[in-house]
Amino acid sequence: MRRFLVIAFAAAFAAALGSAMLELAPSPLDLRIPVAAHLAQSGVSHPVTAVLLNYRGYDTLLEIAVLLLALLGILAVVGKDNPSPPRPAHPVLQTLARLATPSIIVMAVYLLWAGAFRPGGAFQAGALLAAAAVLLHLVGLLPAWSMPRLRLRLGFVIGFVVFLMVSTALLGQGALLKYPAETAGMLILLIESALTLSLALILAGLFLLLSRDQGGA
Amino acid sequence: MSFAFDLLLALALLWSGWRTLTTPRLDQAIVLFIAFGLLMALGWARLSAPDIGLAEAAIGAGLTGALLLDAYGALRQRTEQP
Repeated sequence: MRRFLVIAFAAAFAAALGSAMLELAPSPLDLRIPVAAHLAQSGVSHPVTAVLLNYRGYDTLLEIAVLLLALLGILAVVGKDNPSPPRPAHPVLQTLARLATPSIIVMAVYLLWAGAFRPGGAFQAGALLAAAAVLLHLVGLLPAWSMPRLRLRLGFVIGFVVFLMVSTALLGQGALLKYPAETAGMLILLIESALTLSLALILAGLFLLLSRDQGGA
Repeated sequence: MSFAFDLLLALALLWSGWRTLTTPRLDQAIVLFIAFGLLMALGWARLSAPDIGLAEAAIGAGLTGALLLDAYGALRQRTEQP
């Protein structure tokens, strides 16, 4: 009886959700037209990158701030003891990781550069670099991170700081993150490069700071 | 041809999502979650949103999967040696 009731409720909810989705009126505001119209002034020719880093740049600014905050939360629970040395994996796996890492780095730089005119960008490039670090850690070539020193801390914050500095410098023009059209492309590339470095370190840190007490498990 | 592929992709997504939630074994659920993430990335690419597909493959399937596997390893180690 109870099972039947649950199934009936679930089916009714699914039907209501489906009908609501079908009745949804088309959006009164078609944002594709203004995005395409101002693409020439945005400094990049890929609309997604233009939205992420120019039209709605402060969304991305807050995104990196949130990730930084998550990392600070992890740093608060990480102890001060030194991590145990990583367990080396099978030599074949190690060689494979050594061979894969340079191509991953080249791919990440390509994604960062390609973000201006085709799918790609700082987030994807950073995630790739972080994946390379995780890979190296899993095969025992990269020890887990203990309490980070000054250099690593600087790496964590540089994306946010560069983004914040650019937006502060542009504040004199009257609006937050309103790039002048002629330097927009260069500013976006500068921000994205810093973001890639920070994102890679933050995402790798989420893994490498937490896996320290298991000896590289 | 592409319709058949899309249909297959949608079915595989639903099936792997269902299996992820209902599998009793944690390690199988994690591997299924990674497979679900990769299929999801394909789905985004089919919906002509390759940007989201790239992010999903790298962060959703790759890093989250690695983190989950790491957490599973830590859990198992803790239960084996109390």
